[in-house]
Amino acid sequence: MTKPAPPRRRRRAFDWSTAAIAFLAIAAAVTVYVRDGREHFLSILLGDVTLFADMLPKVLAGCLIGAFVTLLLPREMVARWVGHESGFAGLLIAAFFGFLLPGGPITIYPVAGAFLVMGADAGAVVAFIVSWTLIGYARALVWELPFFGSDFVIWRIIAALPLPIVAGLLARAVVRAGFEYRENTQ
Amino acid sequence: MTLAINILLWSVVAILAFIAAMRGRVLLNEGSRTGAMEFILLLPRIGIGVVGSGFLAEALPNEWIAPWLGPESGFFGVVIATLGGALTPGGPVVGFSIGAAALKSGAGAPQVIAYSTAWALYAIHRLIIWEVPMMPARIVWLRAAVSLPLPFMAAALAMVLGRP
Repeated sequence: MTKPAPPRRRRRAFDWSTAAIAFLAIAAAVTVYVRDGREHFLSILLGDVTLFADMLPKVLAGCLIGAFVTLLLPREMVARWVGHESGFAGLLIAAFFGFLLPGGPITIYPVAGAFLVMGADAGAVVAFIVSWTLIGYARALVWELPFFGSDFVIWRIIAALPLPIVAGLLARAVVRAGFEYRENTQ
Repeated sequence: MTLAINILLWSVVAILAFIAAMRGRVLLNEGSRTGAMEFILLLPRIGIGVVGSGFLAEALPNEWIAPWLGPESGFFGVVIATLGGALTPGGPVVGFSIGAAALKSGAGAPQVIAYSTAWALYAIHRLIIWEVPMMPARIVWLRAAVSLPLPFMAAALAMVLGRP
């Protein structure tokens, strides 16, 4: 079984969820303007625009990192480390890779798919995805930090540290209980 | 702080670009173009998300947020936040702007952590749009199912650790 190429998704600059947020934003801005006056409205706008400008270089760097990692990543080499029967160490390594690998979903899911093809077990794959989602540094630096500030983000990440391992162990327990996760239709 | 992060991120970019350039100009060009395109597509979302979350936080009266998601809302608030996270559509901008707006207008930190953890792990649209096309479906459902308790654990750990 060869790994299928990741499907190319058509990306648009604007979609319905952005439209919904835009609608909420405009409604909120009008509320603030009418209720609190022009002065207050402008001071909030200025604060937000400053935050936006502050984020831009980080987001651009994040996009470039994601694009280059997708092109350069030796997927097979990574997958060899979390092979079948890798035990508890396999979970730790998978979680560590999840922390380390930058990039968006378009990078991470194909890597996770490659893990499976290379013989990684469900627990390792689950630990990898959960770790990337919750403690991946690129995501936290680019997105979370500007919105929440460093104290909150560090605290949240500390609270999340054990979770990839917990998820991996749970996944292994479910598989041991008889859940068949490999599809036999290939 | 923000300068240090910028330096760190751009150093990573420089190293990756250098490795790509060593492997050939085509690779360097393709990486730069894909990354820049992604960035341009994200710009309007980020702008709306950042500016919107500021106004949203200001417009929402504390009296609304606090009883449902405030620090006193306890486990019930965590449940509400987890449900909200699972049902929030959209990319990182949407989830983080809503979380930040809630935090600014009086939501408790463990509740916000439950919200963003649930949203990151099993927002329903993301499972369907991203994970299922790229991974065996049974693995996706397995991962989503074992992720169900994680927002509660994150919130509980956050409560135990205490606010920084």
